[in-house]
Amino acid sequence: MDNNLTTMYIYLAISGIMFFAGVYGFIARRNMLAILISLELMLNAVDINFAVFNRYMHPTVLEGYFFTLFAIAIAAAETAIAIAIIINIYRNIKNIKSDSLDKMKN
Amino acid sequence: MSILSIFVIIPILMLGGLFLSRNMKQIRTVATIGSALQLIAAIVLVVLFCGERSAGNTAEMLFMVDHVWFQALNIHYAVGVDGVSVAMILLSAIIVFAGVFASWKIEPLPKEFFMWLILLSIGVYGFFISIDLFTMFMFYEVALIPMYLLIGIWGSGKKYYSAMKLTLMLMGGSALLLLGILGIYFHSATDGNLTMNILEIAKNDAIPHFWQNILFPLTFVGFGVLGAMFPFHTWSPDGHASAPTAVSMLHAGVLMKLGGYGCFRVAMYLMPYATQELSWIFLILTGISVFYGAYSACVQTDLKYINAYSSVSHCGLVLFALLMWNTTAMTGAIMQMLSHGLMTALFFALIGMIYGRTHTRDIREMGGLMKIMPFLSVCYVIAGLASLGLPGLSGFVAEMTIFVGSFDHTDTFRRVFTILACTSIVITAVYILRVVGKILYGPVQDQHHLKLTDAVWYEKFSTIVLIIAVAGIGIFPLWVSDLIRESIQVISERIIP
Amino acid sequence: MDYSYSILILALPLFMFLTLALGGNKMSQKFAGILGTAGLLTIAVLSYMVAFQYFGMDRVDGVRDAEIAYNFEWLSFTDKLTINLGILLDPISVMMLVVITTVSLMVHIYSMGYMHGERGFQRYYAFLSLFTFSMLGLVVATNIFQMYIFWELVGVSSYLLIGFYYTKPSAVSASKKAFIVTRFADLGFLIGILLLSFYTETFSFDQLTAEGGFFLTSTSGATFLGCSVASWAMALIFMGGAGKSAMFPLHIWLPDAMEGPTPVSALIHAATMVVAGVYLVARLFPVYLSVPEVLDLITWVGAITALYAAIVACVQSDIKRVLAFSTISQIAFMIVALGVCTSMVPSEGGLGYMASMFHLFTHAMFKALLFLGAGAVIHAVHSNEMSHMGGLRKYLPITHITFLIACLAIAGIPPFSGFFSKDEILAAAFNKSMFWGVWMTVVAAITAFYMFRLYFGIFWGKEAKHEHTPHESPATMTIPLIILAIVTCVAGFIPFGEFVTSNGEAYHIHLDMTVAVTSVVCAVVAIALATWLFAKPNPKPEKMQAALPNLHKWAYNRFYMDNVYQFITHKIIFACISKPIAWFDRHIIDGTMDMFATVTNSVAEKIKGFQSGKLQMYVWIYIVGAMILAVAAIYTFVK
Repeated sequence: MDNNLTTMYIYLAISGIMFFAGVYGFIARRNMLAILISLELMLNAVDINFAVFNRYMHPTVLEGYFFTLFAIAIAAAETAIAIAIIINIYRNIKNIKSDSLDKMKN
Repeated sequence: MSILSIFVIIPILMLGGLFLSRNMKQIRTVATIGSALQLIAAIVLVVLFCGERSAGNTAEMLFMVDHVWFQALNIHYAVGVDGVSVAMILLSAIIVFAGVFASWKIEPLPKEFFMWLILLSIGVYGFFISIDLFTMFMFYEVALIPMYLLIGIWGSGKKYYSAMKLTLMLMGGSALLLLGILGIYFHSATDGNLTMNILEIAKNDAIPHFWQNILFPLTFVGFGVLGAMFPFHTWSPDGHASAPTAVSMLHAGVLMKLGGYGCFRVAMYLMPYATQELSWIFLILTGISVFYGAYSACVQTDLKYINAYSSVSHCGLVLFALLMWNTTAMTGAIMQMLSHGLMTALFFALIGMIYGRTHTRDIREMGGLMKIMPFLSVCYVIAGLASLGLPGLSGFVAEMTIFVGSFDHTDTFRRVFTILACTSIVITAVYILRVVGKILYGPVQDQHHLKLTDAVWYEKFSTIVLIIAVAGIGIFPLWVSDLIRESIQVISERIIP
Repeated sequence: MDYSYSILILALPLFMFLTLALGGNKMSQKFAGILGTAGLLTIAVLSYMVAFQYFGMDRVDGVRDAEIAYNFEWLSFTDKLTINLGILLDPISVMMLVVITTVSLMVHIYSMGYMHGERGFQRYYAFLSLFTFSMLGLVVATNIFQMYIFWELVGVSSYLLIGFYYTKPSAVSASKKAFIVTRFADLGFLIGILLLSFYTETFSFDQLTAEGGFFLTSTSGATFLGCSVASWAMALIFMGGAGKSAMFPLHIWLPDAMEGPTPVSALIHAATMVVAGVYLVARLFPVYLSVPEVLDLITWVGAITALYAAIVACVQSDIKRVLAFSTISQIAFMIVALGVCTSMVPSEGGLGYMASMFHLFTHAMFKALLFLGAGAVIHAVHSNEMSHMGGLRKYLPITHITFLIACLAIAGIPPFSGFFSKDEILAAAFNKSMFWGVWMTVVAAITAFYMFRLYFGIFWGKEAKHEHTPHESPATMTIPLIILAIVTCVAGFIPFGEFVTSNGEAYHIHLDMTVAVTSVVCAVVAIALATWLFAKPNPKPEKMQAALPNLHKWAYNRFYMDNVYQFITHKIIFACISKPIAWFDRHIIDGTMDMFATVTNSVAEKIKGFQSGKLQMYVWIYIVGAMILAVAAIYTFVK
C-alpha cells in the first residue's frame, strides 16, 4: 500500500506541476494560442488526477476513467472552437494578443 | 368588485385610453373624464363610508377585500379604508383633478406626461387603500418612480440633478422601509403564521420590544424622508423647484402625505411600545423641522423654494402632532395633511401659472402683479392666508387642533416643543406676507410684465376647485374632524396604555 | 326672550362681503357704495333693536342675565373642548354692537364721498363689510376660541384695509407690520388660551367667569417660574389684547397703520378694533380679578403707554399720527381703568370697569369724529402734514366746529362726553391709589395740550399756500361729522352705569367733585398753554424745541421704539437666525447629502479599473483570492 501511495504522489506531483504551469501560462502569456495551450495543460492535469485517483483509491469502479475520456472529448471540441475564434480574431485585427482585444470596451 | 378597487381600475383604464389617444384633444378628454370619475368615486366613497358609520358599522376598516396574491410569503391584495384613508383619497382625487387642468398645455410629449402622472396616481390610491404591508410598499414604489421621469423630462432648471437627488433620497428611505417591513413580517406572529396584513399584525401584537425599538426608527425614518423630516428634507426644495406644475402639486399635495400616513399606519400603529419609548427623538427632529423650515423660508428668494421650505415646516407639524399620540393631536395631524395638501397644491399651481407668464420665480424681479393679473394674485393671497392660518380657511382648524392636542401633555419637554411649534404661526406670517408684499403689491417691477394676461379658463377652474376645497374644510370642519377622529381613536388607544 | 333675528347681524355683513367681493367688479361704484351702506344701515337697525330689547328687559335679582341666542358646535377637539360659534348678548356685547354698527355706518356713508372715484372702490366696501362682520363676531363671541377666530379675522381685514393702496410701498410695509406685530401678540393669546383651557377644560365664557371661583379651583397648585399658571395664562391672554390695542411695547404698528384710507383709520384704528383688547379684559374681568398681580401688570402697561403715547403725540407733525398716538393713549386709559379695579362691586373698587366701558363708548364716537374730521381736512388740502395746513377754519366751517367739539370732548371739558367718562376713570384711579390718580391726571392734561396743538395747527395759525382753495367736503362726508358731533355732545348724559357695570347691578354715576374739578382745571390750563403757543404764528414753539432738543428728538422719533424692532427683526431674526439656517441647510445638510453622492461617485470612479475586461487579470485575482480562502480555511479547520 505504501508503495502504491508513493507512486500516486509522484503522479499527483506531476499533475500538480502541470496544472500550475498551466495557470502560470494562462495568466502570464499574451498570445492567445499559448493561453489555449496552458488551458489544455490544466485540463490534462485534471484528467491525470481523475485517472490516478480512480486507479489508486477506488480500483473497483471506472467513473474516473469515464470522466477523463469525457473531458478529453470536451477539450477537443472546445479547442476546435477556440482555435476557430482565434483564427477569426486574427483575420480581423491581424494579431492574437489577448490585450489587444479591447474593441468591445469602446 | 369593491368600491376601493375602482380607484386602481379607473387609472389603469385611463392609461389604456391615453395609450390609444392620438391628439391633444383626446388626451385631454381622457384625462379630464378619468380624473372627474375618480373625484366622483372619492365623493361617493366618503358618502358611503359616512353612511356605514352612521348605520353603526364600527369595524376598524370598511369595504375590505382580500385576495391571495403570493402564497409563499402570505402576500395578499388586501384593501380596506378607515376615516383617515377616505380623507386622503378625497384629497388625492381633488388634487389629481386640479392637476389635470393645471397641466392643460403641457409640452412636450403630453401623452407620456399624463401617462406617468396617472401611473403616479395609481400608486397613491393603492397606497392609501392597502392594508397589506407588501402591497402598500409596492404601491409606494409605484408612486415614487414616475417622479424621476416627470421631473427629469418635463422639469425646469437643474432638473437632472433634482430628479436624481429626489429619487435617490426617497429610494434610500424605501430601503430602510423595506428592512423595517421585513422585520415586522418576521415578527408578525408568535405561532408561526406570519402575515403581512396590518390589522392582523396589530391584533397579534407579537413584535418583541427589542425589535420594536429597532424597527420603529427604520420605518419612521423610511416614511419620514417622504414626509420631509429634518434632516432628510433637502430633496424637497430642489425637487419642487425643478418639477413641472402638476407634479409639484401632486408631490407636495399628495406624495408627501404618503410619508405622514405611513408613519402612523405602519410605524406607530404596529409598534406602540417603541412609539412611546422613542418618540422623543423624533419629536426633536420634527420640532426642528417646523422651526427650521419656517425660518429658512424667510430668506429664500425663489417662490418655489419658499413654498418647499414652508412645506417642510407644515409637514414637520404633521409628524410632530402624530408623535404627540393623543386623539386630538393626531386628528389635527391628519387635518393638517389635508389642509397642507390642498393649499400647497394651490400654491404650486399659482406659482406655475405666474412663472409661465413672467418666466421668473425670483421674488426680487417681480412686483405689482396684483394690478396685472388680479385673479391669480387674489388666489395667491387666499392661499397665503390659508397657509398662515386664517380662520375660515383650512390651515386654522388643523393647526388649532394640533396645538390643543399637543398641549394635553403636561411634561415640560412636550410643553416647550408645543410652544415652540406655536411660534411658527408668527414666522409663517412673516414669510407669507413678505412674498405677497413683494410680488403682488407695490409698483410694477418689470415693465415687460405689464403686457401679461390674467388666468385663462382652465387655470381658473383648477384654482377655484382647490380654493373651494380649502374653504370647505375651513368653514365646516366638523365633518372632517369627526370622520378622522373615530379612526384615529383606535390607533391612539393602542399607543396610550 | 327671542333674539333669533340677531343671527342676521352676523349673516348680513358676511353676505355683503361675499356679494361685493365676488360681484363687485360688475357693479358701478355708486351701486356698490349704496349697497354696502344700505346693508350696514340694516345691521345697525337690527343692533339697535337688540339693544332696546336687551336693555328693556327686566332685571333678575338686580342683574342683567346674559342671553345666548345661538350656540352651535363648529369644531370639537375633545369631548369637553369644543369650539362653538354663537351669539352671546350681555351688557358689554350689546353696547359694543351699538358702537360698532354706529361708527361703521358713519364710515360707510362718509366713504362714499371720501373714496369717490378711487380705484378699487368696490373692494374697499367689501373689506369694510368683512371687517364689520369680524368685529361683530368678536364681540358676540360665546367662548374664548370664537373670540380668537374673529380676532384673527379682524386682523386680516385690518391688514387688507391698511394695504388698500397696495401700489404704495409704505402702505404695504405698514400693513405687513400691523399684521405681524399683532400676530406676535396673538401667539401669546393663543398660548394663554391653551393654558387656560387645559386647566379649566372649557373655552366658554360663562363657565370661565362663573361665580364660585371655578377658574381658581381648577388651576390652583400648578406653578411655573414662581407664578401660578392662572397668572401666566391671563398675562399671556392680555398680551394678545395688548397687541390689538397697541399697548406699549406692541404699539408700533398703529401709527404706521395710518397709511390706510382715513375712514378706515376712524373705524378700525380708532373706534372698534383697537379696543378689542379692552373688551377682552372686560370680558374675562372676573377671571382677571382673581389674579391681582396680572391686574397690576395691566395697570402698569396701561399707565406707561398712556404717558408715552401722550408725550409722543405732542411733537408729531402728521395729523393722523397725532391722532394715532392719541388713540393709543386713550385706550391705555381704558386699560388702566380696568387694571385699577379691586372688586366686582362698582361702589367698592369695581368702578373702573364701568368707567372703562363708558370711555370706550364715548371715545369711539369722538375719536371717529376726529379721524373723519381729519379725513375731511386731508381731502381738502391733499396732505397729512400739519405744515401744509393752518387757518382752515374759514374754508371748512363744519369740519372746524365738529373737530372742536371732539377736541373739547377728548380734553375732558364738560359737558362733552369725554369729560364724564374720563372723570370716572380718574376717580377709579384715585380710588386705587393717589399715585395712579395723579399719573392719569397728568396724562389727561397732556392730552388736552396736544389735542389743542393739533386743533390750532390745522384750523388756526399761519395759513399755508394751497394749490387751489380748500373747500368744504360734500354732504356725504359732513353729515356723519354732524351726527357724531351730536352724539359726542349728548353721550355724556347717558346713565351708563344703569346699563353696564362689572357685576350687572345698576350703578348710579355721580361726579366726584374733587377729581372733576382737578382734571378740568388741568385741562383748561393745558388748553390755555396750547393756545398761547400755537393759536397765533409765533416763535415760541421753536424756542421750546430748542430748549429741549433731546427730548424733542426722542419724542419725535417715538423714543426709537421702531428702530429697536427694526433691529430685532432685521439684525437678529433675519441676519442671525434665518440666514444662517438657510446657509446651514444649503451647505451642511444638503452638502452632506451631496457628499454621499459624490463619495459614491468617486469611489466608483476609483474601483472602475477592476472591471478591466482583461481575462488574465481576472484569473490572477481569482487565484490569489482562492488561495487566501484556502489558507484561511486550512488555518480555521485543520488543527
